[in-house]
Amino acid sequence: MTAAPTATGVRVCALADLLPERGAAALVDGVQVAVFRLLDDTVRAVGQRDPFSGANVMSRGIVGTRQGEPTVASPMYKQVFSLDTGRCLDTLGYEPVGGADPDLPVWRARVVDGDVWLEPTTGEG
Amino acid sequence: MTAQHPRHLVVVGGGMVAQRLVEALRARDEAGTWRVTVLAEEPLAPYDRVALTSYFGARDVSELTLGDPALWEDELVTLHRDRAVTAIDPQRREVTDRLGTVHRYDELVLATGSRAAVPPIPGTDLPGVFVYRTIDDVAALRGWVEGLREDQGRGPRARPLRGAVIGGGLLGLEAAGALTALGAQATVVQFGTHLMDAQIDLGGAQALTRLMNAQGIAVRTSTATTQIRPSRRTRAVGRLDFADGGRLDADVVVLATGVRPRDELARAAGLEVADRGGAVVDLACRTSAPHVWAVGEVACIEGRCLGLVAPGYAMAEVVVDRLLGGDATFPGADTATKLKFHGVDVASFGDAFAASEGAMEVVWADPVGGVYKKLVLSDDARTLLGGVLVGDASAYATLRPLVGTALPAEPGAFLLPEGGGGAPSVELPDDAAVCSCNNVSAGTVRAAVTEQGCTDLAGVKACTRAGTSCGSCLPLVKTIVGTELERAGIAVSTALCEHIALSRAQLFDAVRVADLHTFSEIIERFGTVPAGESGPARGCDICKPVIASILASLGNGHILDGEQATLQDTNDHVLANIQKDGTYSVVPRIPGGEITPEGLVVIGQVAQEFGLYTKITGGQRIDMFGARIEQLPQIWARLVEAGFESGHAYGKSLRTVKSCVGSTWCRYGVQDSVGMAVRLELRYRGLRSPHKIKLGVSGCARECAEARSKDVGVIATEKGWNVYVGGNGGFAPRHAQLLAEDLDDETLVRTIDRFLMYYIRTADWLQRSARWMEEVEGGLDGVRAVIMDDTLGICADLDAAMQAHVDSYTDEWKAVLTDPDKLRRFGSFVNAPDVADPDLAYVAERGQRRPATDAERSAGATLIAGPTLAVRS
Ligand code: SRM
Ligand SMILES: Cc1cc2nc3c(=O)[nH]c(=O)nc-3n(C[C@H](O)[C@H](O)[C@H](O)COP(=O)(O)OP(=O)(O)OC[C@H]3O[C@@H](n4cnc5c(N)ncnc54)[C@H](O)[C@@H]3O)c2cc1C
Ligand code: SF4
Ligand code: FES
Repeated sequence: MTAAPTATGVRVCALADLLPERGAAALVDGVQVAVFRLLDDTVRAVGQRDPFSGANVMSRGIVGTRQGEPTVASPMYKQVFSLDTGRCLDTLGYEPVGGADPDLPVWRARVVDGDVWLEPTTGEG
Repeated sequence: MTAQHPRHLVVVGGGMVAQRLVEALRARDEAGTWRVTVLAEEPLAPYDRVALTSYFGARDVSELTLGDPALWEDELVTLHRDRAVTAIDPQRREVTDRLGTVHRYDELVLATGSRAAVPPIPGTDLPGVFVYRTIDDVAALRGWVEGLREDQGRGPRARPLRGAVIGGGLLGLEAAGALTALGAQATVVQFGTHLMDAQIDLGGAQALTRLMNAQGIAVRTSTATTQIRPSRRTRAVGRLDFADGGRLDADVVVLATGVRPRDELARAAGLEVADRGGAVVDLACRTSAPHVWAVGEVACIEGRCLGLVAPGYAMAEVVVDRLLGGDATFPGADTATKLKFHGVDVASFGDAFAASEGAMEVVWADPVGGVYKKLVLSDDARTLLGGVLVGDASAYATLRPLVGTALPAEPGAFLLPEGGGGAPSVELPDDAAVCSCNNVSAGTVRAAVTEQGCTDLAGVKACTRAGTSCGSCLPLVKTIVGTELERAGIAVSTALCEHIALSRAQLFDAVRVADLHTFSEIIERFGTVPAGESGPARGCDICKPVIASILASLGNGHILDGEQATLQDTNDHVLANIQKDGTYSVVPRIPGGEITPEGLVVIGQVAQEFGLYTKITGGQRIDMFGARIEQLPQIWARLVEAGFESGHAYGKSLRTVKSCVGSTWCRYGVQDSVGMAVRLELRYRGLRSPHKIKLGVSGCARECAEARSKDVGVIATEKGWNVYVGGNGGFAPRHAQLLAEDLDDETLVRTIDRFLMYYIRTADWLQRSARWMEEVEGGLDGVRAVIMDDTLGICADLDAAMQAHVDSYTDEWKAVLTDPDKLRRFGSFVNAPDVADPDLAYVAERGQRRPATDAERSAGATLIAGPTLAVRS
């Protein structure tokens, strides 16, 4: 059963503002989020801060897949993260800076009438 | 960890074996129970004497350095150079050096090597007569020949210089090769019946003589020299007189009549010395005096002194083991030799003279091609006993380890050219010695893969040392590693990633031949379909940039056109280099390092207006750091307007062509190096490649542009340009090797065109040209054959590909600035494109700003906050 999506959370942009298989940064209540449009026009959103460098750059990484799971690679030191769960799939032997969590926080992203809406999740990342 | 009171080991002599001994001791004595003092007579740290002849080509002594120079910085190691030992006193356990300093020891190792033997004939002390043992010898020889050539150049009757080498052994041939390399004629005068009579038989020597003649080296055998006479005019050496009444004019003479152990210290101290010289040692390398050991050429072991480095290394390992409480003994000498100079292969191994009872010889010879190959077999024709290979020693690596075992194939299969000559593939037993220099067995190489987890040749070399000395075993080591990896299921995977099963070079060819132009087409055609999926997956951060680079190398328009944009790494995506805080650096192209004052002013103004930290780079240009992503288009608009272009500091592409000032201003310059550098930089700008490419051009041999540390180095000569290839700085520095000499401008450019294109087509992803040269078929000679002699028939194609690149070049930044679609990606936030990243924070330092450290941030010491840093209005 598919319920009609209700627009909750925050609208960040139109889907058309995003390039397929690339990310963009968004500011949501002062928090920086990396939003990705995949090839099937679904959207994923994770934290913009790269845990391994502390810089706000995740949206600029290369999008890809590992065993079918959509991923983004940090443009800084190339760790790979799942775009579905935010989990760091490969630390490449590095440690996150300042004892941070190696995984990225995840937002629920939905496309409603051509607009991209974000909602924080509390789910396990 | 250092033990409380380490014991003191003194080593006399700083040659090859001493180096190995200290290295092995420091590697194995983890507890630091020994400290070592090395007293060395030569002024250089231990160097690779085996490679001495390469000094004529390299001219750079540092290339001969043995092992890791850090060994001599170790706190438990002291190396005293230029410090010959003058006496040893085994009773008091003391040695005295030439400065009169006394060193007490717990244990003493003599590693004094040999000296060149000087035959007892008159005239060996004349100016112009040399021996061939040390760097100093070689430098003196070279200086003499160059000096003669200069004098002659001025004289009225310039004639070729005549060189003679007395002695037709391994050393004599090397010396003759060195003389020809210096531009002198060379005649080898051999007392024995044939060349290299200690290693090879008459048939092999005949083939060798023909090959020598083909190189312009004359050979005179069965000739005893009775006297060396001075020239009446110069009083330096003038000619040789022979016992048979013959004579030979010579301007330079090299004595290569063998070596004598340097056992004078041992003799004076009353140690037992063999009749024919050498400190007598037992199988543990102990001399007759307690606490005194001898290793290398000075040691007389099993009744003889061995003039090769491999047994010396084995002795060093034995002593180290003993010092650490072990009971190792000398395993016996492998006197196999393989020699290669000027492209001539000579190898001899095992019972080369068929001296064993009932031994049979199987010979194959091609007198025209100068090839001679002989296998010595046991009387039942099954067990390999030894062999001689001249002209083509490709089977050496396979055969040598098989000595003493049954031949796995018909003898003919190892001897015949084509089909069999390259040696059939053979599974070596674990105990077969693969690397004789370092005494590494096939089993050890295999274990490096199976037990120590090495996954490539480099790893195995580091872990086992196999292949790190003379290198003759490398092809074999590589094969064993490959087989073992395959077996381990680590399938010597050349696959790029889980999406593309091809290597970069394979994919490059496939894309070129199939004429594909988009990522989708490529992944559709060559992508791997994951289990359970119907179509190929969509690639990842590994294969996407590779495919992007291949498409760009093949000329597919702007790197941000259409789908290509999604493939680019952030640097290529925003045409700038990402920095640690997520901002970018901006590097305009400054061809050849030449810049007008007006250009400098513009760069200064732009940096000032945008508050960018400014620095001169190591690549002779100017880098501006700290540009935010949304500022990049504005900055570039200013630079492009002033005539600057992208410097491609972000791309795997041409970086800079570094140049010295050359004949334009410099009093020594012989060519216009700046002009050539600018020409080359403009020609190759924007050329995408497997890794970055750097060039350098120097205006004379003083080499101020450090061109030989570049992928392509060009050095001006009186007659044109010498071109060197495969140089590298970085993690594993390497000097570029000479590819061709005295080229005119056009030939130079064409040669570099072909070199770069050949590299671009066949290298692995992220493989610099230096590493590629190590792996490409045939190495330097192979590359030369392909691009200078067109042996693959691809030169026209390479030329056309480079011309296509040159014709299609446009400035990437200019193209972005005029394309609103491309400009869209430079917003900071999709919902707030002009808001700067609020987390950026800077502090001032030496008059500029730099990112604040974490400590500075938390201390609140941040002086300049990113978003509030005003752009001057
Ligand atoms: C800016 C500069 C240092 C400086 O302040 O002088 C520099 C900066 C960087 N170098 Fe370099 N290298 C710079 C000259 C060099 C040189 C010297 C030279 O070119 O004469 C070398 C040694 C020569 C060589 O390349 O063989 C050099 C060897 C490297 C290497 C090691 C390459 C190797 O083969 O081992 C890397 C790592 C890599 O490329 O994988 C590297 C990588 C880098 C990167 C790209 C690291 C990174 O990914 O962030 C740095 C960022 C550049 C930027 O943001 O603009 N840089 N780097 C120099 C820029 C030159 C230019 O004008 O383009
Ligand atoms: C041109 C050339 C090519 C060669 N090619 C090959 C080859 O292809 N394969 C091969 O296996 N071997 C080759 N050799 C032989 C190889 O170089 C030697 O076997 C090896 O160097 C021996 O090492 P060593 O340490 O015993 O002696 P060395 O390397 O000679 O070192 C001895 C050192 O001790 C120093 N010394 C002597 N007396 C004193 C003293 N009283 N106090 C302080 N220091 C002292 C000497 O100055 C010297 O530096 C070649 C040699 C030459 C010259
Ligand atoms: S040497 Fe290291 S720190 Fe310095 S610029 Fe090159 S990569 Fe950066
Ligand atoms: S045999 Fe010389 S390095 Fe291996």
